Amino acid sequence: MKERAKYKIERFLKDSVIHILLIIVSIGCLFPLLWMVSSSLKTQQTIFSDMSIFPKNPMWGNFYLAWTKGGFGMYFLNSMFYTVTVVFGIVIIASLAAFAFSRLKFPGKNILFYMFLAAMMIPLPGSFVPLYVLMTKLHLVNTRIGYILCMINVGLSFSIYLLKIFFDKMPVELEDAARIDGCSRLGIWWNMALPLAKPAIAVIVIFNSLNVWNEYILATLIFSSKNLMPLQRGLMIFQGIHITEYSLLMAGMTITTLPIILVYLIMQRHIIKGITTGVIVG
Amino acid sequence: MRTKTVLQNYLFVLPAVLIFSVFYIYPFYKVFTLSLCQWDGIAQFDFAKSFIGFRNFIELFQDKIWWGAMLQAGYITLIALTFQNALALMLALACDRDIKGGNIYRVIFYLPPVLSEVVVGLVWKWIYDGNYGLLNHWLTSIGLSNLVTDWLSNPNTALTCVAVIHCWKGFGWGFIILLAGLQTIPRQLYEAAKVDGASSWQMFKSVTIPLMVPVFILVSILTVLGTMQVFVLILSMTDGGPGYHTEVPVTRILASMVNSSRFGYACSQGVMFGAVLLAVSFVQIKLSKYMKQA
Repeated sequence: MKERAKYKIERFLKDSVIHILLIIVSIGCLFPLLWMVSSSLKTQQTIFSDMSIFPKNPMWGNFYLAWTKGGFGMYFLNSMFYTVTVVFGIVIIASLAAFAFSRLKFPGKNILFYMFLAAMMIPLPGSFVPLYVLMTKLHLVNTRIGYILCMINVGLSFSIYLLKIFFDKMPVELEDAARIDGCSRLGIWWNMALPLAKPAIAVIVIFNSLNVWNEYILATLIFSSKNLMPLQRGLMIFQGIHITEYSLLMAGMTITTLPIILVYLIMQRHIIKGITTGVIVG
Repeated sequence: MRTKTVLQNYLFVLPAVLIFSVFYIYPFYKVFTLSLCQWDGIAQFDFAKSFIGFRNFIELFQDKIWWGAMLQAGYITLIALTFQNALALMLALACDRDIKGGNIYRVIFYLPPVLSEVVVGLVWKWIYDGNYGLLNHWLTSIGLSNLVTDWLSNPNTALTCVAVIHCWKGFGWGFIILLAGLQTIPRQLYEAAKVDGASSWQMFKSVTIPLMVPVFILVSILTVLGTMQVFVLILSMTDGGPGYHTEVPVTRILASMVNSSRFGYACSQGVMFGAVLLAVSFVQIKLSKYMKQA
């Protein structure tokens, strides 16, 4: 009996120590975000002196100012537009290709597939230099379509790979049955393969959305007009021009981060599953 | 009919192959050709006229700022490999014990990795700020005002501050992978070891570590490749300054291209850096194979 009690106390102490450690690290993760929101609610006068985390008179108007005067409304809509179009493009193009790689026969299939695979493995730092040269040549610099095509390419290899693995597991009988019913290959892709691959598509949608939303360098090189720029680029522009307007900058950063956090909290199960499969894949 | 079917099958992969060829394969080929040229990015490109052989590479070998940037990226990588991964492993071990609220911790730890580098960089820049930053305010209020400094403008602290934030952003990622690895270890192994009277440390040393070696290798390779190529965080925190103290290879490539309009030189830096990365990951894989045998 005594042994048991001793064991229980020991276990409780150990767990408490672990919880304290985990809570400290958690605070370390969350605090900078809290500070960002807190700073966004202070005025231009109080931000340099008021070090409280919950300001007494929160200036919600800062968000309105950032959205209109700071231009973050425009940047936000641009980011939204790029994210939706790029992800839509990736899902359609990657699933068509993955379906063909998995289910259809044509010469050179394997070579083409390994080409996409190799692209994931070979590091090519500074590829933005020739990419920029190419975009200039094609007159795609400072256009929405140029940026969208570039970003589709960024997400393509990984998505094709993930979807091919998924399609490979699809039962052949289902496909045969559909074929006998007179379904075309395109019909099988649309009516059968896509609905069955929903879990893989969810992972692809989430990861590519995060990737496009957070992308910075291509947006910097491609866009020179403010009205085409996405949020990340807009933030850097804003902090370059209004270097001391910290509360508006922080409001803009909160606007940038809020959708990410919402999506993350709703989808966290898929995201955490995705990162583990993604790494095992890579 | 047969050829028609095959041709139709090609249509399925056509959009993907087209985009990939234009936006991946062509730049890939171009980076090698341009690395042998001198070109300002503006004039009409003429390979015969601008070809200068390996002169870019010879200059690059003597470029002190470039090798300094390489060393600085190496320093950040070293910190990420040790501190960041040690923290990730410690937390993964803690969460592997079926602890209460384990999932909440998991969600919180993986939050920094999903944030954008621009936002993370700018938030921490504000906290580190020399005049109005929270860090200096706290240091003063707990009586450590002798430590107060302009963190990101001080050549002695800037690089380490950036490295710490890189780890802050990255440890949650290592944590998730390591935890996933730990959870694949069959529980029976631990129970059997316990029956044999093994202590926690012995179990960790003889069960956990050997089974986790592949995961450790994976995490360390990805940490090295990811950290060496870090740059958006640096652009948003210090932009390479003070002086060249926080420059890393990719910021140098960007500077050659944007600031000095030396596209050829920028490409030669890209080729050199790509080769270094390939060599590093190759050595790591070899080394790990050797360690597995030993």
